[in-house]
This record gives sequence, C-alpha cells and structure tokens, in this order.
Amino acid sequence: MSEARSLYQKVWREHAVRTLRNGQTQLFIDTHLIHEVTSPQAFGMLRDRGLKVLMPERTIATVDHIVPTHTRVEPFEDPLADEMIRELRRNCTENGIRFFDLDSANQGIVHMVGPEQGITQPGTTIACGDSHTSTHGAFGAIAFGIGTSQVRDVLATQTMAMSELKVRRIEVTGRLRPGVYAKDVILHIIRTLGVKGGLGYAYEYGGEVFDRMNMEERMTVCNMSIEGGARCGYVNPDDTTFSYLEGRPFAPQGAAWDEAVSRWRALASDPDCRYDDVVTLRGEDIPPTVTWGINPGQAISIEQTVPTVEGAAEGEREAVAEALAHMKLTPGAPIQGTRIDVAFFGSCTNGRVSDFVEAARYLEGRRVHAGVKAIAVPGSQHVKAECERRGIDKVFKAAGFEWRDAGCSMCLAMNPDKLVGDQLCASTSNRNFKGRQGSPTGRTVLMSPVMVAAAAVTGEVTDAREVFGVTREAVA
Amino acid sequence: MALKQIRELRGRGVPVTGDDIDTDRIVPARYLKCVTFDGLGETLFYDERHGEDGTLKGHVLDDPRFAGASILISGSNFGCGSSREHAPQALVRAGFTAVVAESFGEIFFGNATTLGLACVSVSPDARRALTQAVRDDPQLEIVVDVAGGQVRAGALTLDASMPESAREALLAGYWDPLGELLEGVGEVREVAERLGHAVGSA
Repeated sequence: MSEARSLYQKVWREHAVRTLRNGQTQLFIDTHLIHEVTSPQAFGMLRDRGLKVLMPERTIATVDHIVPTHTRVEPFEDPLADEMIRELRRNCTENGIRFFDLDSANQGIVHMVGPEQGITQPGTTIACGDSHTSTHGAFGAIAFGIGTSQVRDVLATQTMAMSELKVRRIEVTGRLRPGVYAKDVILHIIRTLGVKGGLGYAYEYGGEVFDRMNMEERMTVCNMSIEGGARCGYVNPDDTTFSYLEGRPFAPQGAAWDEAVSRWRALASDPDCRYDDVVTLRGEDIPPTVTWGINPGQAISIEQTVPTVEGAAEGEREAVAEALAHMKLTPGAPIQGTRIDVAFFGSCTNGRVSDFVEAARYLEGRRVHAGVKAIAVPGSQHVKAECERRGIDKVFKAAGFEWRDAGCSMCLAMNPDKLVGDQLCASTSNRNFKGRQGSPTGRTVLMSPVMVAAAAVTGEVTDAREVFGVTREAVA
Repeated sequence: MALKQIRELRGRGVPVTGDDIDTDRIVPARYLKCVTFDGLGETLFYDERHGEDGTLKGHVLDDPRFAGASILISGSNFGCGSSREHAPQALVRAGFTAVVAESFGEIFFGNATTLGLACVSVSPDARRALTQAVRDDPQLEIVVDVAGGQVRAGALTLDASMPESAREALLAGYWDPLGELLEGVGEVREVAERLGHAVGSA
C-alpha cells in the first residue's frame, strides 16, 4: 500500500517535471488563466526574447480588472484601460489563445469564468497572474496566484519554478449559526490565524461545515486564502463538486466524465495522511464578522467594539494606531452604528448567483438608506443573466442599487468605480487595504453579502440578524 | 544562461516602518494600467508619499537624508496581498537592490527574487536595531551578505536568512528561472502527454 498523502501532495507529485538547480521544482501547469492587467508585459518579454507560447490551448483569457461596469461602449473613456484591452486582444489573436471578450456571454472576473465554464477541475494545477487564483482550490485544484515573470514562464514553458508548500488542515466542525456565511468563516479563520499565519502553507479546508457548503461558498473561502498568507487553499472534491461540474462546457462528457470522477475521487486526501499542522474551529463559534482596520485580519464580531491602542498586545500597538487613524473609528466604541457612504456588492469573493439570491431575500421590499450609494456588480455576465432570469436584478434595483455589468469594479477600483475622499464602504470584496477602493483616504469594511445588504438599508454597519429578524439559535 | 551572481549588496538604507505593507500600498492599482513596467519607479508608495493634490507629504523616501538609499528596511509580511509584480518592479526601478524585513508575502518574494531583488529576513530585534542605526546615521553603509547569511552595518552584525532555493538562485546567477525552465521543455511535453488533454481544448 502506498503512503497516505494529502491532495496537495498527490497533485504536486503528478505535476513535478524535474528538480531545478536551486532545488525548486519545475511544476507543470495544466491550465493558465490570463487577464489584461498582468499579461501584456509578459507577452512583451516573450517578444523581446523571440519566444512563442508553448501550449496556447492551455491558456484562456478574459478581461475583468479595467472594464467599466456602467457602459461597455468602446473606446473606453480611460485611454490607458482602452490600450490594455486592445493589447490583450492582440496577444490572444497572435498566439491563438481563447479569449472571452466583452462581447462574449462568458466574460467575467477570471475566477468566476473558470468554474462556470468547467475549466476549473479537480486535481489540476492552475496559475493566473492574480492573487485570488486560490479561489479555484474550491474544486480540489491547486491554484496559484503568480507574478508577471511567472506568467511569462508559464506561457513559454507551461511550467513554473516553485517550492513545495507545507499543508495545514483547517477543520471547521459542527454547523454555522443562522445569519453566518462563508465570508464570516474565512474572515474568522484569518482573524484567528493572522494575515501571515499561512506563510509557507497550503490550506486544506475540511470538516462538516465545508462538507455542507455549496461550491460557491467554498469558492468564497478559498478565494481569501491569500489574505491569510497562504499561497493556495483547497477543499477535497466530493459529490457537491462533481454535480456542480457535470455538463459544463469544458467538463469531460460521457464515458470520459465517469472516468474523470473516479480519478478525482481518488485524489482527495487520504484519511490517514499526515498534515504539517492541523487547526480545528467550531462552526458554532463563528459570528457575523466585519473588519475594522486596514488588513483582513483586523476583524471583529459584529457585536464587539473597535479595539483600542492600549488594549492591543505590545507588538500590535503601532499597527492598531495606524489602522484606527486611517479608519477614523472611535476606539472602544461599538462597530455597529458606523455610518457608511457606499455599499459595494460584487467581486470574485462574493459576486456569485447565490450571494445575490441570499441578499435579495432580505432586500425585497426594503430601500437603500438615503445618501448611500449602492452598486451591485455581478462577477460575470452569466451571473448577471441568471440573476436577471430570476428577477433578482429587479429586487436590487427596486431597493435602490445600481445594477451593473460584470467586472472587478470597486474591489480594486481600476475602472471608474471608486470611492471619493474618505468615504466608508461596506463591501463584499476581499481587501480593506488603505486606498484599495480607489481613494487614498477611502475606508473599507469587509463583510458578508447579507451584512452589506443590511448596511445599505440602514446606512450603517449593523447586525443583519437584527435588521432582518434572523434567529441566532442554531437550527437543530 | 547564467545571470549575474548576487552574493552581496552594499548601500545605504531607508526604513519604511510597519508590518503587513501590502502591494496596493507599494504601487496603487491605478498605476497598473500600463503595458510595460517602464516608469514604475515614479509610482513607488505613491499615495503614502503624495497628498491628493500631488504635493509631497514628507514620507521617509522623500527625506533628503535618505536620498539614494538602495536597501529598504521594513517589518513583517512585507509585500502581502496582490500578486502584482509591479511592486518589486517599482522597487528595482527606483534603485533598490535589497529589502531587509522580518518576513515577506510569498508571491512578492518570488516575484522579487526573479528580478534579482534580494529579500532577506531578520528577527524583530535585528530589524529594530538596523532601523535605529540607519536613523542615527543615514550615511551608514549596509552590507546584505547573501552568501554569508548576514546583514552588517557599522557595529551591527545580524543574522539574515532566506529560503535556500532563493539563496542558491541568487548566488549561482539563476534567479530568473526561464532559461532553465526552457531546458526542460522536452520533459514538459512528456508530462503533458501523461496528464492528458488540455482543458482549454475541450
């Protein structure tokens, strides 16, 4: 009998081409996803060195970061954004790369497109010049965010130089309480283990809470692995994974499907495999969680108060002071009641159909608070179309949200969607870094989609369970 | 195709204090709208250095005493967040050859190493001592000894580490792996064959 291994170790071994001089592994990348922001320089490097794309059928492109979401008329108002999309078109055409362009019904944030199309498959290695590539781990893929020089490496060789990571199993037992979502789970994990807790690790998420999650919820968690310092995060593939993938355009069909499923099942971590670390959390202990500071680990329960400098551990005081100064929050005061200016609903973290559906349940018949700018940006054109088919867009619009086309939008504000001045934004996105949402003094409070809906209708950071009358007790 | 061997870097330092300095801070997203990395040096820490009207805010990088510094000193988890290679590209283009910090975001670390920007880790005490020494004497020459695993500055001799693979790559002049990866293309094709068809060609 062979040694018990984790999925990560199995996939790593299957994809290891050879050992490089410095001891790193030349790792084969099954699927390479590219977008307009981090790829043009890589294609330029290839041209400078007279290199070609080695396996163009293994790279798939879309456009997401710079896309305006209020109009898609070209040329874009921003000439730099316009240049980037034209450059991507040219690179895809010249190199024979499949491109889901703006006029494609399949366009969207790159981390939405892969799963929707069935491109993201268990046991594959995936790379993309975007740190949230960890999202694809929800399918039991090993997916790495990479820099542009590595985009070049993958284009030229379909491989990259990597060192094998350690694996930490994060087990979340029991059940989540009502009003607690996947976003709360990952914010709680990051808050508990820290933003650098994952350095050197791949995160394997498991336990009853993950077993019960649907694929979109698993994607939300895996998406933010990088915010906890982990280069990738994954969930072992199971029936939930397979039923999501079955019948999608790029998924295996017919006999190949059955063969693939049995192969994928065997890739799941062996029950007796050894992990480098194991952390166990109780689902019942996870509260609706919001950030108060300038990194995703600076988070508290919605029922807690904003930290004080004096109350912080000695090594943390400087960071707490800096975060408080930027966020302009009152130390020691409840986070609830913090006035918001903007509600942003979208991103590769929480821009999926189930996010919109769940929030719409509560937005129905309610209105966005006077003075709050609320925008809803589906993560992909498929999400947009499906929400419209189900009438979800009407609920959002009736509530006072602007209903937009797909893109990264105000998650990182490379398009016209930006905070102004020190506006405070309740956001379903993944980063609350200083300046992240387009204004250097802008402020971001990360939270779940339903919590953003509650913030939008009350005009303040608030406990969605109270606003929407959700019981706090776990359902037996 | 061996590149320059990077064994030791010498220069003056500048402390950019704080932990968890993310790549959005190092290069704000609006400066990613570029199809080449040229000119990114100007955008380094832009919003930390400039007010909204473009005037300088008195950031340490604009302090004349630290002008010409080539070694950046910072806290833990430096370069966390976004995978944007623009961050180390901006550092290199602004004249930096090394970063001394307590730890690094991993994507940043890999990106930096590929550019030959040496990132060495020191203990919190060592970082504080080095920061103080540089503040006391901005002219102090710092030696980042990749080969010897030390950072030296005046009377200070500090243990400094980096993952062995990165150290080896810098010392041997293989920090940009593309040449070596290309040598393996024959084996890459075999692995591709063994693993089966490309998803994208479905």
